[in-house]
Amino acid sequence: MSDFFYLIPISIVLGAIGLVVFLWTLRDGQYDDLDGAAERILYEDDEPRRDQQKNNS
Amino acid sequence: MSCCLPPPEFIEAAAGPIRRGPSDDEIRLASRDLGKGMRQIDLSVPAVHCGGCIQTIEKALNALEGVESARVNLSTKRVAIRWPEGRALPPMVETLVGLGYEPHLYETEDSQKDRTLPGLIRALAVAAFASMNIMMLSGSVWSGADGATRDILHWICAGLTLPALLYSGRVFYRSAWNAISHGRTNMDVPITIGIALAFALSLYDTIHSGQEVYYDATVSLIFFLLIGRTLDHVMRERARTAVKGLAKLAPRGALVLGDNGAPEYLPLREIMPGMTILLAAGERVPVDAVVLSGASDLDRSLISGESLPVAAEAGTRLEAGVLNLTGPLTISAEAGEQDSTLAQMVRLMEVAESGRNRYRRIADRAAELYSPIVHLAAFVAFLGWMAFNGDLHNAVTVAIAVLIITCPCALGLAVPMVQVVAARRLFDAGIMVKDGSALERLAEVDSVVFDKTGTLTLGSPQLLDLGDIAPETLAQAAALAAHSRHPYSRAITRAGAGLGAMPGFTTISELPGFGVEALLGDDRYRLGRADWALSDAEGAGGTVLSRNGMELARFAFADGLRAGAHSAVSALREAGLAVEIVSGDTSAAVADVAIELHIADSAGGVLPGGKADRIAALRVEGRKVLMVGDGLNDAPALMAAHVSMAPSSAVDVGRSAADFVFLHDDLSAVPLALAVARDAGRLVRQNFALSALYNAIALPIAIAGYVNPFIAAIAMSLSSIVVVLNALRLGWGGYRFYRWPLHQAVAVRP
Repeated sequence: MSDFFYLIPISIVLGAIGLVVFLWTLRDGQYDDLDGAAERILYEDDEPRRDQQKNNS
Repeated sequence: MSCCLPPPEFIEAAAGPIRRGPSDDEIRLASRDLGKGMRQIDLSVPAVHCGGCIQTIEKALNALEGVESARVNLSTKRVAIRWPEGRALPPMVETLVGLGYEPHLYETEDSQKDRTLPGLIRALAVAAFASMNIMMLSGSVWSGADGATRDILHWICAGLTLPALLYSGRVFYRSAWNAISHGRTNMDVPITIGIALAFALSLYDTIHSGQEVYYDATVSLIFFLLIGRTLDHVMRERARTAVKGLAKLAPRGALVLGDNGAPEYLPLREIMPGMTILLAAGERVPVDAVVLSGASDLDRSLISGESLPVAAEAGTRLEAGVLNLTGPLTISAEAGEQDSTLAQMVRLMEVAESGRNRYRRIADRAAELYSPIVHLAAFVAFLGWMAFNGDLHNAVTVAIAVLIITCPCALGLAVPMVQVVAARRLFDAGIMVKDGSALERLAEVDSVVFDKTGTLTLGSPQLLDLGDIAPETLAQAAALAAHSRHPYSRAITRAGAGLGAMPGFTTISELPGFGVEALLGDDRYRLGRADWALSDAEGAGGTVLSRNGMELARFAFADGLRAGAHSAVSALREAGLAVEIVSGDTSAAVADVAIELHIADSAGGVLPGGKADRIAALRVEGRKVLMVGDGLNDAPALMAAHVSMAPSSAVDVGRSAADFVFLHDDLSAVPLALAVARDAGRLVRQNFALSALYNAIALPIAIAGYVNPFIAAIAMSLSSIVVVLNALRLGWGGYRFYRWPLHQAVAVRP
């Protein structure tokens, strides 16, 4: 009976990690340009963004 | 002041080829400091529409000397460019224009990033996380957990509810507190009371090992209602950014000649009456002014509604916003920014707006009816159960169940969901909606008032009678006309497009106010005013193409109707609306258009205040008026009308005054928007009926005390899903009031 009680904290922690990751992506601006992201994937361009290269921000 | 000549390099700049896009000075004024010696400018680039555009623009800009980084945002159609401060401005505008993507500046004052939306989405994420985990745990309680296991599960649920309650629920608490502190009540008051009571009672039951708790209902209520709020907000924001991205027509500043004769670029608010301003061809007049020297043609169509260009010479008065077409002018400011025509128009608009009845949104009106009933029902249930068996706990439980179950999320979603879908359909057809209430107001409209110039007509002259002009002559004229910005020249260029090889003209020059002159071999060609182009013209008017003073062709112009004007007007009439024209142009010109479109009511020569008065008179008659206009002179009327629409070519004051902005030239946007708004209104009423039905069934059950948390959670989710699905039906089977080939509308998107 008590076995499954291990699973509850694990599932909640996993869910919380998902939440934190989502909040991070939101803050990182990954949803600022959804239309653009859909198009960019079609172009082969493996160089990182220039502003990230230089400022590392 | 004419003795104070500007330095030579400046004369060249002012008289040089017409520059498109914002000038370097404007860019500098509009850019912002990022710190660390970097500056950033956000330019609106409406022509960007695909991945290829992104690649082209970013490659070209990043290759420029001095550009730190350039990144295109396809959703907002903007490009952000960073460059190190203290060096010459990289030629980014020229590069963009060269690539065919003309950049615009947009309002900087309120271009700060929208902070509400990320906040709403964060709240939504937290609520989603909490509600899903609680649902999972509730599942085990419903399937028969009891004793200590159930208590532990309840405690975990309580812990998960807390963040959603404290963080995500704030949106509702704030709005409820706002309403209460102003002595009103809205939808958020019963929501807040329900949430707070449900949590308090559940906590009490958890502590005392009770059987039933309402954590799941509490959190899913917050979750579903937040979805409604977020959708509502997204729609408003999207339209706002789209409208802001359009070209800004009032300049940000002007080149002012200082006392020492050196030109200096000053922001608009620093320009004082009496200053001398140099106005290049293709620029708009920054403040009300009078011409000191120079000759040019003026396009006043956006300001006064006059459809034909007028000549400017020394002594001509200029209103702010008039477009200088062909030659550089030296002008003297007569008013500061505050006293200019533009600012006066804004004051007229404020007056007009104060006359308009404040529209109250359907959802607010529903909430006003609804929330007293909910409070009363919950209170009656509480008293009834107290009288029946005197069990306080039972009575409170029932009262909370009534509060929660009658605050259906469906009601919170009923309106925004439909309006988001409607806005999406309109967006695909090139129509921007400012906010949801505009859709509701448009559905009520019973008469339409059109402006003429720029609204029913294109606002620019079109070439008439191409029949008797030989194609090669037209090609020559078009080749010459391509060097001028005069509306007539542009009409000739358009007409001559695709006629084949350009004749090899040399030494082409434009004489402001007269026309274009060029050499082909030894022959002197002139395109322009007849009395200038022809050697033996006595009092001849009109526009001609001549070779060595001999007439080759004569051109006639008229302001053409917008595409779809006929069908739009008849569609509106079929929908049962009264149509009329109110214009600032001459009565004769207005009457022509009215006859062509079979519109009985028309008025010409109307002043801006007169337009707003006409709308007010209609309102007094009890009409609900849709105003469609584009000019500065229409802005007060746009404000005064029940709801308003403007083409994207309108002045920015007009665009921000209008509730709808349509991007395509086609006037059928007006009946389409009306059809979508009416259908959306129908779906909103259906959704309300569905929620009312849900309540009619759920309320007796809740009062009778038969609602358990499981039923509450299922019923709540089901009713929300039904409402969302109903909203998605909008436009599936065409629109009831207007058959619009929607595939065409999508196809013409750039």
